[in-house]
Amino acid sequence: MNSTLRMYERSARVYRGVWRGSVFSSFVNPLLYLVAMGIFLGNLVDKQTGGIAGVSYLEFLAPGLLAATAMQAGAGDSSWPVLAGIKWQRYYLAALATPLSTRDLVIGHLAWVATRVALVSAIFVLVATALGAMTLTGGLLAIIPAVLTGLAFAGFVTWFAAKLEDGIGLTNLFRFGIMPLFLFSGTFFEISRLPDWMEPVAYLTPLWHGVELARSLALGVDPTFSRATHAGVLVAYIAVGTVLAVRQFEKRLVV
Amino acid sequence: MSDALVIAHDLTKRFGDFTAVDAIDFEVKQGEAFGFLGPNGAGKSSTMRMIGSVSPITSGSLSVLGLNPATQGPQLRSRLGVVPQEDSLDIELTVAENLMIYGRYFGLSRAVIRPRIEELLDFVQLNGKRDEKVDKLSGGMKRRLTIARSLINQPELLILDEPTTGLDPQARHVLWDRLYRLKQDGVTLIVTTHYMDEAEQLCDRLVVMDQARIVAEGTPSDLIVQHSTREVLEMRFPPGMQDENVARLSGLAERIEILPDRVLLYTPNADATSSEAQARGIRPVAQVSRRSSLEDVFLKLTGRSLVE
Repeated sequence: MNSTLRMYERSARVYRGVWRGSVFSSFVNPLLYLVAMGIFLGNLVDKQTGGIAGVSYLEFLAPGLLAATAMQAGAGDSSWPVLAGIKWQRYYLAALATPLSTRDLVIGHLAWVATRVALVSAIFVLVATALGAMTLTGGLLAIIPAVLTGLAFAGFVTWFAAKLEDGIGLTNLFRFGIMPLFLFSGTFFEISRLPDWMEPVAYLTPLWHGVELARSLALGVDPTFSRATHAGVLVAYIAVGTVLAVRQFEKRLVV
Repeated sequence: MSDALVIAHDLTKRFGDFTAVDAIDFEVKQGEAFGFLGPNGAGKSSTMRMIGSVSPITSGSLSVLGLNPATQGPQLRSRLGVVPQEDSLDIELTVAENLMIYGRYFGLSRAVIRPRIEELLDFVQLNGKRDEKVDKLSGGMKRRLTIARSLINQPELLILDEPTTGLDPQARHVLWDRLYRLKQDGVTLIVTTHYMDEAEQLCDRLVVMDQARIVAEGTPSDLIVQHSTREVLEMRFPPGMQDENVARLSGLAERIEILPDRVLLYTPNADATSSEAQARGIRPVAQVSRRSSLEDVFLKLTGRSLVE
């Protein structure tokens, strides 16, 4: 346990140098989205339809956007920083010359990502509460699925990044993976509006389960499946992603 | 036997079909500075990584500090210091933070690390840079910080993989001086290099590696005595004139080495050889007489120069 916290400590120290910019953008991003889409576009939606699933569009959007923001934070922190540790700055290689193991590196990294996602989510909830998009209790509860969502992506993206030689694969991952998920996983509209064949695809993505769970906790409603099912899918994603990431680190760095 | 810190027997490292290290044997004794001299790609770094227990051995046996790298890696690494070939400092952190974080990797408490940071910064002459971001340091300073970092756990054995490659002569001399002091303090050093002057300066004993194998072993002076003459006469001829002059040199030296740009005559007395050549009417455009070096040993053993 002691040794897995070492990488966490490193990341925390690096973050100390950049936290102002990071916290600032964590404020601004949800503010822009919630105002533009939630309030202005939401007005239009509410006038036409009288709201979605019994609530205003702003209230519908906020928890979905929280999960999607967590996904982006988890994936972002596990992409370039991981490749830099392997290839550019090589801080993982430096750490492996000490008693630390690849498992320590991956677990320490993911533990730090969990902290970062929790921080980003907490700021999101503050902004959303101030705009009347969430109740404080609902918002705070929804941080739990947000962190699970961030980690579900973090493990897989860490695995993926550790296979790469340069950043092109990461650019493509965000363009063709993360961005479509952001748009089509129930964040902005219910997935029942998708063509029939696409709906089961959404069931496979971790983001949709995160969105469902966050929305159900924020609004106090029942999700599509049970809360335990959605949480279980996310935990399974985290477990598999973590195991793959540790294996890939071993394969790449211990040669 | 009992005073050997590293014992390798038939040590082999393969990457797929490529054999990086081919059944080498060597022993590193307590307190000595042991060198691996050889050109790039000879297998030096692979050997270092196996000793550092970050790279599993393919076959043979290896014992480091009496431990087995395969099964006792973390325990072993906690007693080693490693200066890798390429810098791996945390460029976003300050000089002092780099040392703190690295000490923490070894599980040391902050209270133990703090005084060591000051000592080490003193030792590598970076006290003035304590709170500077690593990004802003020169190449020589980064190497010195890497050495300070490798000493944070007070290692018994320090492994340096091409510690001065890419540094200017002044920075190299500062580094050599620091390494010499460490040796005086009883730290065992293993150094790889493709610079013969570095090997001559630093190493008590060394092995010459070429194409994954050890081709010679001994102290720098032993190697020169065994594999070369006392002196060397280097001659340079006008372009296109080398071949006809070489034909007239035969019998002048114990051995003649023909390089693309010059001819090396191995002889016990370079000045005498030079006079004899002059008597034969041989007129090089330039000539130098000098002592034999490890470079000559390497040239004889492999037919190639070290730095190409």
